[in-house]
Amino acid sequence: MEQVDKLVAEAVEGIQAASDLADLDALRVRYLGKKGVLTAQLKELGRLPAEDRPRAGQAVNDAKERLSGLIELRQQELASAEVARKLREERVDVSLPGRRSAIGGLHPVTQTIDRIQTFFAGMGYTVAEGPEVEDDFHNFEALNIPEEHPARAMHDTFYFDAHRVLRTHTSPVQIRTMEQRKPPLRIIAPGRVYRCDSDLTHSPMFHQVEGLYVDTGVTFADLRGVLSTFLQAFFERDDLQTRFRPSYFPFTEPSAEVDIRCVHCGGDGCRVCKHTGWLEVMGCGMVHPNVFAHVGIDAERYTGFAFGLGVERMAMLRYGVNDLRLFFENDVRFLEQFARAG
Amino acid sequence: MEWLREWLPVAETAEEFGHRLTMAGLELDAIDAAAPVFSGVRVGKVLSVRPHPDADRLRVCEVDAGTGETLSIVCGAPNVTAGMLAPVACIGAVLPGDFRIKRSKLRGVESQGMLCSAVEVGLAESSDGLMALPADAPIGADFRAWMGLDDFILEVDLTPNRADCLGMLGIAREAGVLLDHPVTGPVIEPVRAGADHAVTVRVTSPEACPLYATRVIDGLDPNALTPLWMRERLRRCGVRPLHPVVDVTNYVMLELGQPMHAFSAEAAGPVIDVRFGTAGERLLLLNGNEVEVGPADLLITGANGPLALAGIMGGEGSAVTAGTTRIVLESAHFSPRALAGRARAHGLHTDASHRFERGVDPTIPLYAMERATALILEIAGGAAGPVVHQGQVPSAHADNRITLRRERITRVLGMAFAPVEVERILTGLGCRVAAMGDGWEVLPLRARFDLTREEDLIEELARIHGYERLPQTLPPTTVPVTSTVEAALGRRKRELADLGFHEVISFSFVAPDWAQAFYPDLEALALANPISSELAVMRPGLWPGLVRTAAHNLARQRMDLRLFEHGLRFVPDAAGLRQESRLGGLLCGRAEPEHWQGSRRAVDFFDAKGVVETLCAGARQALRFEPATHPALHDGQSARVMLGGQGIGWLGALHPSLCERFDLPELFLFELDAAVIASENVPQFRGLSAFPAIRRDIALVMNEDVAAGDILAAIAQLDLPLLQETRLFDVYRGKGLGKNEKSIALGLILRAFERTLDEKDVNSVTKSVVDQLEALFGAKPRY
Repeated sequence: MEQVDKLVAEAVEGIQAASDLADLDALRVRYLGKKGVLTAQLKELGRLPAEDRPRAGQAVNDAKERLSGLIELRQQELASAEVARKLREERVDVSLPGRRSAIGGLHPVTQTIDRIQTFFAGMGYTVAEGPEVEDDFHNFEALNIPEEHPARAMHDTFYFDAHRVLRTHTSPVQIRTMEQRKPPLRIIAPGRVYRCDSDLTHSPMFHQVEGLYVDTGVTFADLRGVLSTFLQAFFERDDLQTRFRPSYFPFTEPSAEVDIRCVHCGGDGCRVCKHTGWLEVMGCGMVHPNVFAHVGIDAERYTGFAFGLGVERMAMLRYGVNDLRLFFENDVRFLEQFARAG
Repeated sequence: MEWLREWLPVAETAEEFGHRLTMAGLELDAIDAAAPVFSGVRVGKVLSVRPHPDADRLRVCEVDAGTGETLSIVCGAPNVTAGMLAPVACIGAVLPGDFRIKRSKLRGVESQGMLCSAVEVGLAESSDGLMALPADAPIGADFRAWMGLDDFILEVDLTPNRADCLGMLGIAREAGVLLDHPVTGPVIEPVRAGADHAVTVRVTSPEACPLYATRVIDGLDPNALTPLWMRERLRRCGVRPLHPVVDVTNYVMLELGQPMHAFSAEAAGPVIDVRFGTAGERLLLLNGNEVEVGPADLLITGANGPLALAGIMGGEGSAVTAGTTRIVLESAHFSPRALAGRARAHGLHTDASHRFERGVDPTIPLYAMERATALILEIAGGAAGPVVHQGQVPSAHADNRITLRRERITRVLGMAFAPVEVERILTGLGCRVAAMGDGWEVLPLRARFDLTREEDLIEELARIHGYERLPQTLPPTTVPVTSTVEAALGRRKRELADLGFHEVISFSFVAPDWAQAFYPDLEALALANPISSELAVMRPGLWPGLVRTAAHNLARQRMDLRLFEHGLRFVPDAAGLRQESRLGGLLCGRAEPEHWQGSRRAVDFFDAKGVVETLCAGARQALRFEPATHPALHDGQSARVMLGGQGIGWLGALHPSLCERFDLPELFLFELDAAVIASENVPQFRGLSAFPAIRRDIALVMNEDVAAGDILAAIAQLDLPLLQETRLFDVYRGKGLGKNEKSIALGLILRAFERTLDEKDVNSVTKSVVDQLEALFGAKPRY
């Protein structure tokens, strides 16, 4: 029996000293395995006197049970130490930069057009397009701007030959749409336009969005309602003041310019609004009967309104851009600032 | 404002009145003070002038400025003479620019103030002496008050349809209806002929010149001076005083809107003919330029050829000059059609041409003639001959009656107008208005060229009533059924942004040498009037703009670029001009953003190709990349992008010679048909298999020339239902292979819908693939 006690003491020491699961397993095999030393002790029981056998057997079994419990305990200890070590070793510096993809974005002019399109899409307008190299008829004639009309001089037209020009406005899309489709019509036509003019505040190419609504019973009051609502939505201010004042476009009658309260100074007067408190943002009016006549729409039955706005101007006001030329320089440092804009 | 108040009382401030004009469509551009701020200046009289003891150029003057004592003032002006009246800045005066007048000594002589030139009181840019005041100016009066300088100048930006307001008469008429007050102008009485001198007038082209009136005035005082009040009004309108006769013609133009001209009678000769020019005729203009006139130019001609470009500018040879004593005064009506574009054709833009092109009141020439005659006689004396004219003065109102329907007003404006208001507004604008049934018959003033139809009158009603007092309504909304190409294209653009691309917008016109460099086979469409040689032809593709933009950014230390642009390209062809919507992109620099663990790999062909593949992912048809050469691309790294057998664009590395020419690093370009890549499919669900997939990898050795795309296409052609996908996952060259050989590794993914596949299925599919590739390309399996 002393033998068993000695073995147990030795095993306990070994278990406590085991530093990994493999050592521990070796101990288990050595003491508790089929060919282990304690199993060997059981086999030796036969040599004992019969009356001693139960007690000695019990002692060996107790020892086995005890060691098995200790090994299991030690196993758990080692397993959690292993997990702790793994966690310690796999720690990362979470403040190191993440692996991200390059960030691109849409041009602020495109984003502005998208905003305008989204508003009008909600009101039932669809997008229409037209060519940029336009003929004289669609750019001028059909819009009630005959040859040598003083309004032509205002347009600083780029031309190619006697009949072809770079469109000076998106209004020819009105004509092309009305030539192809019959009322009711609700369209907007965004796109590039061109004027032979280049300085601080003029670019030879810029963008406009044209709008057209033709139906029975369209009134100037509708025009005012739609554009006031649009401008409030665009600038995200339901208290935005607008004002309509008479103006002149050959293709609308009555015609109006639309001003908004300066979004920069709120109307007190500043550099942006040239100290008037107002910013001119759109031109509009009721479609001129001569225009309807050019496209074969009965002006007695239908009325309509049209409007046009300069996209860069709207973008400048919304984003606080102070130089028109930045839009076409495409400096990535400029573009990046709009990469995640709405 | 002071001038306008001669026609009607305006109680409002300049600002209030200016706002009212703006809101009536006469947009106020600026309000300027009539003079800068100054004080302490009086009307003074120079009593005596004696030389300064110590300075040759200075004089010591005794001046009566009504202060009760005689002031001694040192003055350097060359024109100072005893007896003249001039503005005197007394001690304590503050002149423009915060210039304070103090008691001072000039070269030892005390000066008790300063005699002023027009410049010193802010009334001129330059002067050559004291500002001489008329003899009847009240000595001692406050100069500012006496000159009416506490007034404002309203600058109005007129739209081209409102030529009627290019004179005080028109503005007054507008003010009258806005303020609801009758307008009374200066009384203009006909001046009876005091002599019988005259010229004969012939109008060869009456349709271009319906009325031409002349009047000869003889015996003008060559020393006459334009009175101060007139000079002051001209100044406030930005017109420089020149000569009394010229000043009067300008004054009448500003007052009544009628441009006038005066010829030296001697130079004009006895007969004046208004006719179109003939080829080869030349005329030296008042501005010193000689122009060649032609059959499109309407001319005023005399005995010795052209005297003036009608309605645009007079000739130098017949100009009124300092010594002129006999003049022919012209007041005519030229039709806008006859003058349209002519001034511009000669590089001119004058006050007269501006007005005639837009339309001058045709009823007014004779009235203006009387006004000008009276003013000239008053200023320079002389005797006027009879008015000799060709053509008739039309009636004040237009001939065409416009029917204005009450119901139409409501239909256009969305608001009913009270009949009295309609009549008040139209009558106020000078129209003759007669109520007729459900509306009115209206005859507008001839001066209002812009009022020709019902809508024009409705606009006048809205304008005078005030747009801001009209109602606002929202029309009902409808929902369009179809989604559009624009929306899908917008998604492609958004995808590019998500792939790290910045959208750029470059000019649609490019430099001809850039167009030539990228597209040598095309002749780009050239602008007739480019803004510069750098922006002279329409781009035949998007690459010049993208590359230029890249160069701009590379020069600013941005080396890793991903850019794209959407827009039209302009390709001239036999049928005319194709304007096609394209989407183009550019990549250069690193393939991935710099990262502490990242690769430093530079972008290559396959980065660019991957972008193109992503953009075309929604296409219904098979996408292929065909090796092909493009003049702008690297011969070995360029491909034509094919969709369903159609070429839809190009992809490749910029040609090394272009990189060198434009000093650029290696970069990759693509350009695609935007309409094609915007197409999207409505997905049709095909079900999901419940059974596992099996992957079998094979490697095949083949000749270097075999294109990977052909391998994949050949496998697709087999149409094996179990083969769900083929992944090309490795290309190997080198050890174990022949010199011109490569090995391509393929992963075959197999799956069936109804059962689990077994080894037999896998072997059968693999065998089909290997056999096909062996048969077509001589590929051998590699183990």
